[in-house]
Amino acid sequence: MGKIRFMQGNEAMTEGAIAAGARFYAGYPITPSTEVAETSAIRLPQVGGVYIQMEDEIGSIAALIGAACAGKKAYTATSGPGLSLMAENLGVAVLGEVPCVIIDVQRSGPSTGMATRPAQGDVMQARWGTHGDHAMIALAPSSVQDCYDLMRTAFAYAQRYRTPVIFLADEIIGHLRERCVIPDPEEIPPAEQPDAIGNLQEYRPYDHTNGLAPLAAYGSKHIFKINGSMHDQMGRPCADPQNADQVIRHLSEKIEGAKDEITLTRAYRMEDASYVLIAYGGTARSALSAMELARAEGIPVGVLQLVTVWPVAEKEIDAALAQVKAVVVPELNLGQFIGEVRVRNRRNIPVVGVNRVDGKPIEPAEILEKLREVMA
Amino acid sequence: MLQDYLLEENLPHFWCAGCGSGIVLQSLLRNIDKQGWKREDTVVVTGIGCWGKADDYIKTNTFHGTHGRALAFSTGIKLANPDLHVFTLMGDGDGITIGGNHLIHAARRNIDLVAIMVNNLNYGMTGGQYSGTTPRDAITKTSPYGHIETGFDVCRVVQAAGGSFVARGTVYDVVQLNKLIEQAIAHKGFSFVEVISPCPTHFGRSNHMAAAVEMMRWIKEQTVPLARAASMSPQELEGKFVTGVFENSQREDYSTAYQRVVDRLKGEAG
Repeated sequence: MGKIRFMQGNEAMTEGAIAAGARFYAGYPITPSTEVAETSAIRLPQVGGVYIQMEDEIGSIAALIGAACAGKKAYTATSGPGLSLMAENLGVAVLGEVPCVIIDVQRSGPSTGMATRPAQGDVMQARWGTHGDHAMIALAPSSVQDCYDLMRTAFAYAQRYRTPVIFLADEIIGHLRERCVIPDPEEIPPAEQPDAIGNLQEYRPYDHTNGLAPLAAYGSKHIFKINGSMHDQMGRPCADPQNADQVIRHLSEKIEGAKDEITLTRAYRMEDASYVLIAYGGTARSALSAMELARAEGIPVGVLQLVTVWPVAEKEIDAALAQVKAVVVPELNLGQFIGEVRVRNRRNIPVVGVNRVDGKPIEPAEILEKLREVMA
Repeated sequence: MLQDYLLEENLPHFWCAGCGSGIVLQSLLRNIDKQGWKREDTVVVTGIGCWGKADDYIKTNTFHGTHGRALAFSTGIKLANPDLHVFTLMGDGDGITIGGNHLIHAARRNIDLVAIMVNNLNYGMTGGQYSGTTPRDAITKTSPYGHIETGFDVCRVVQAAGGSFVARGTVYDVVQLNKLIEQAIAHKGFSFVEVISPCPTHFGRSNHMAAAVEMMRWIKEQTVPLARAASMSPQELEGKFVTGVFENSQREDYSTAYQRVVDRLKGEAG
C-alpha cells in the first residue's frame, strides 16, 4: 500500500534516489535544487551513504564519477549554471562509460538569469552540453510522484547503458509540493544490479563485443583502467582511427539503438485526437489543463507527454504527426525541442510553439489560444 | 619487484630525454611495491599533462580524467571506498594552476591519499607555456619577454590549507625523494609531495638549459634543504627550491570523521 506523503519534488528526488540504491552524493548548492542537497545531507549518512559538498560543480561531477568507479550509485543536483560547469566532466562519464545521475532543476538563464524562476532552457544543454559526438539520456518529471519513481528509472538506465543520465527537472516540479506515494520497503523491487563480471581472466572494461561490458568496481578482484581519453578495450590510450571511429559510434549507438526501451511517453486522450500538444516536465501539466479546457469546448485534442526527452521518442512523435491536423509544442524556452518535431513533420502540418522566457509558467489558456489559432 | 607494478607492455614511455617523470615513477612504484598490498586495492588517478601519462605505465587500477580534476575524482573514489589506497598524480598545471581549488579543498578536508605533484615549472605537453609555478623572469612560449608573475610556493599553499603531510623533493636527490614518498604513504591524511623536475625540452631550451645535464645541475644548485633555509634571508631564498618535510602532523582524516557520524546515527537509531 505504501505511505502517502505530502512532499516537495526535490525531496522526492532524494528519496527516490536512495530507494534506487544510491549511496553517494557530491554537489554544490544552487537554487532551485538546494533541497536535494539538504535532504541528501540528512538522509545519506542515515543509510550509510556518503554526502559531500564539493568546492564547485566541476569537482562535484568528478567525485560522482570517481565514486561510481568505486562501486557506488552516485547522483548530484544542480541547475543550469552548474550543469554548464559540469559539461567537461560529463564527457568523462560519456567516454569513460561511467554510470551516474545528474539532476538539473532548471531555472531561468542564460548566465545567473533569474535564480528562483522556472525555465526549460537546458534542453539543448542537456543534449549537447559536453563536446564531441555522443548520445544522452534525459528524463523530465512532471509530478512529485515522477520525481520519486523516475529516479529509479534514471539509475537503471545509467547502469544498463553505462552512461550519465540527466534528470531534467524544472523549478515548477522541484519546488512543487503534492501527494506522493512512497512504497513500503518490501514493495520496492531490488535495485537493478550490474551484470556479474564472472571469472574473466582478463577483464576488459571497454570490450563490448558480446554486449555492453559491465563496469567493475575499484577494490574488486579486477584491475582495470577507466579512461576519459580515447582508449582501446583495455582502457589504454589509443589514437588508432579505426578504434576511435568504433568507440564514438558505439557511444551513440548503445543509446540511440535502444530507443524503444529508453523512450517513455504518456498519451492522454489521443484515441480521437485531431490535435496534439507535445510537452514535457512542468509544462506538461499546463498542456493537460489546456487539453481539459479544449475538450470542454468540444475540441478533439490530446497530449503526448515526453517523459524521456532525450533520446527523441521518434515512434510516438511520428504516430502523433500521422494522426493529427496540427501540433502545439509549449516550452519554457524559445523552442528548443520543437525542432525535433519539425524535422519529422513529413506531411507538413502546422507545428507551432507556445514559448515563455519571462520566468513565468505557461498558462493553460495561452496554449488553448494557440490551439484556436492553428485551428482557424 | 618493480615489474609487478610497471606496465612494461606500454614501454618505451612517452617522456622526452632528460624529463624527470620516469625518476618519480620508479620511486613511486618501488615504494608502492614495498607496502605488500594487493594490487587490486590501489587506484592511481592522473590528470592531464606529461606526468598525467604516468598511468599508462602502471599495473594497478587507474583513472585518467580531465586536466586539473584528479583530486576531485580521487575524493569520490576514496570516500566511496576508504579501504582503497589512492594516489593522485598531477603536474603543476593540474595541481596548482587549473586545479588549485581542488588542491586546497582536498588538503583542508584531509582526504587520506597521497598526492604527488611533479613541478616542471611549465606546461610541457602543450609546448612550454607558463604555469602557476613558472618563476618570475623565466622565458616561456607565452612569456617571451620574461614572466612578470610570481610562481606559487605550492608547499606553503598546501600547508596553509591544512595538508597534514607536506614535503618537497627533487628528481636530483632520489634518495631523499624515495624517503619522502615513503613517509607520505605511511602518513594517514592528505599527504602531498611536490617534486621539482626538469623539462629541458621546453623550460630548459627557453632558459639556456637545453641539455638535460644543465637543467639537472641548475635544479641541484637551486636546491636548499629546509634546515639550511632557516638561516637564510627571504632575498637569499628567492627562486630557490627548499626541500624537506614542511608538515607532518596528525589530524583526523575525512573518511574517519565521516564514519563517526554514520556510526553515531546508527547508535541513535538502534
